[in-house]
Amino acid sequence: MSLDKSYLQYPHRHYGMDHKLYDWSMLTDRPAVAWPDGKKLALWINLNIDFFPLNQRSNPVAVPGGMKMPYPDLRHYSLRDYGNRIGIYRLFKVLDQFGIKPTIAINGAMVQRAPYLMDLIKDRGDEVIGHGWQMDMLHHGDVNIEEERQWITDSLSVLRERFDQPVTGWLSPSRLQSVNTPQLLKEQGVSFMCDWVNDDMPYQFTTSAGEITALPLSNELEDFFILNNNLHSEDSYAQQIIDAGDYLLNEATEQDGRILALNIHPWMLGQPHRIASLEQVLRHICGMSSIWNATASDILACWTLQQQ
Amino acid sequence: MKNDPGYYDYWPYHQRPKITWPKGAKVAFWVAPNIEFYELNPPTNPHRKAWPGPYPSIGGYGIRDYGNRVGHMRQMQLLEKYGIRGSISLSTALCDHHPEIIDLCKERDWEFFSHGIYNTRYTYGMSAAQERDMIRDSIESIYKHTGQKCAGYLAPALSHSDDTIDLFAEVSSELFGDDAGFYTCDLFHDDQPTPIHTRSGKKFVSVPYSLEMNDTIAYVVNKVEPRQYGKMLKANFDRLYQEGAENGTIMCIPTHNYQVSCPHRMKAFEEALEYITGHSDVWVTTGREIASHFIAQHYDTVLADITAKQEGMK
Repeated sequence: MSLDKSYLQYPHRHYGMDHKLYDWSMLTDRPAVAWPDGKKLALWINLNIDFFPLNQRSNPVAVPGGMKMPYPDLRHYSLRDYGNRIGIYRLFKVLDQFGIKPTIAINGAMVQRAPYLMDLIKDRGDEVIGHGWQMDMLHHGDVNIEEERQWITDSLSVLRERFDQPVTGWLSPSRLQSVNTPQLLKEQGVSFMCDWVNDDMPYQFTTSAGEITALPLSNELEDFFILNNNLHSEDSYAQQIIDAGDYLLNEATEQDGRILALNIHPWMLGQPHRIASLEQVLRHICGMSSIWNATASDILACWTLQQQ
Repeated sequence: MKNDPGYYDYWPYHQRPKITWPKGAKVAFWVAPNIEFYELNPPTNPHRKAWPGPYPSIGGYGIRDYGNRVGHMRQMQLLEKYGIRGSISLSTALCDHHPEIIDLCKERDWEFFSHGIYNTRYTYGMSAAQERDMIRDSIESIYKHTGQKCAGYLAPALSHSDDTIDLFAEVSSELFGDDAGFYTCDLFHDDQPTPIHTRSGKKFVSVPYSLEMNDTIAYVVNKVEPRQYGKMLKANFDRLYQEGAENGTIMCIPTHNYQVSCPHRMKAFEEALEYITGHSDVWVTTGREIASHFIAQHYDTVLADITAKQEGMK
């Protein structure tokens, strides 16, 4: 018994990363970043408007949060749809009460499916970022490049047209990427992507079409991850976000600007028994000094100006 | 395949000879940060997949990279605040990839022990010669980059063969004699150090490195809430401290910079460290120091007691 000799060879064992996607750097070794008006902690609330189709293919990977039962899985279909009918409006109400401006990631397929919601978002003037076409079109590693290019074109163009915004941000369905995703996004005018979770601050990512910024949107602090993946309680969700906010604000005060990035699904946190946890979080966070409520593009613009 | 690995004999937690720690401490407390490098695209191992789904698995890779880019500094500063020197379970290729981290730990006189080359290269399927080469490479890397003669081993990603512990004991002796290769963290059968049978016959011990207190096991496998993890650490300590008044015990917290150093988990971890180190009779130490102390002071007595107890209660 033995393994192929390549198993004990290490062609990338050298300084830095084992790939050429981005450079190695420790957060504390980078120049300090300051937010506007001396604020220390940026608060970025990112809402997801998702379409989970009933005829999910799950090919080749299971769709996180998607259908799990034999067709027709009405329970998961309708419970996800709940988010776009009820949860999102409940979330808007709470965010408005706290004067919080969200950023909204929208599956392209939702533009036609919920015109009323799209009108409301346009009227509100919220920033919109690309979120793929729908949750069963995962940008996984085996997708053909032409097919993926088309998905990205379709997703971005429908949002740009509907909202009359440049739409320069992107969150892939379930945060999956192929090796081509960053390059295809860059080619189509996307300046930042939120899929990678390897940092607490933005950094530059290399593609054959030029640089794109990775703007980290914590997965560990996401409602779906805490409540559904980890099956933690609503009380624990609130506790975790509050502990994270306190920690990051303290680190930002001792070091430099930090971001509290909360990715929220209306079908998860928009439930009546969960929404109070968000209120609890916002009461705490908004009660702290030095909070800068920003959209994803606000953060990116402020950070980019300081990278000269 | 065997039905028992044969590394240790049955040794009841009853009327054992007293283990003592320096300065009369009841508990030897050590923290073992795993400082790991996972490859984005490792070669395939026929027995275990490194990542789920098609390449590239950016989620799993990304959060582990987060540990090195962001998490390491947080945990290191926290341990320093409570006077704790880390005993690092090291993916030794990290010496090449991220020497900044190695230097920071060297400056603080932390211990480095071997955790293989990469945490995406599993022992499964290796020939004994291949595993020997891999282990030797890791020990030599630690010496080359830190000047330390590696005392301990934790197999990469806890992937073992029937030869793992023997090979580690042998190879380290070939390189550095009795100065290296005298403890393992791979076994979870006890709360005190125990002598381990190896082919080499050298004095070699298992130092308790708790799987139950391991942050990745708690957070990822058992999906424990962060504040609950903090309570578990304190409860684990309380009982070991209480029992340690009669017979010295060991508490270990194995950590990962991509788990415990996330912002929503630091408070719970800090509270536990503050609590534990706030007690008077705690020996805050390293894996190597525990193993050395045990071998010098207790190994022979314990071995005699184990031998005496093989025939039952006399």
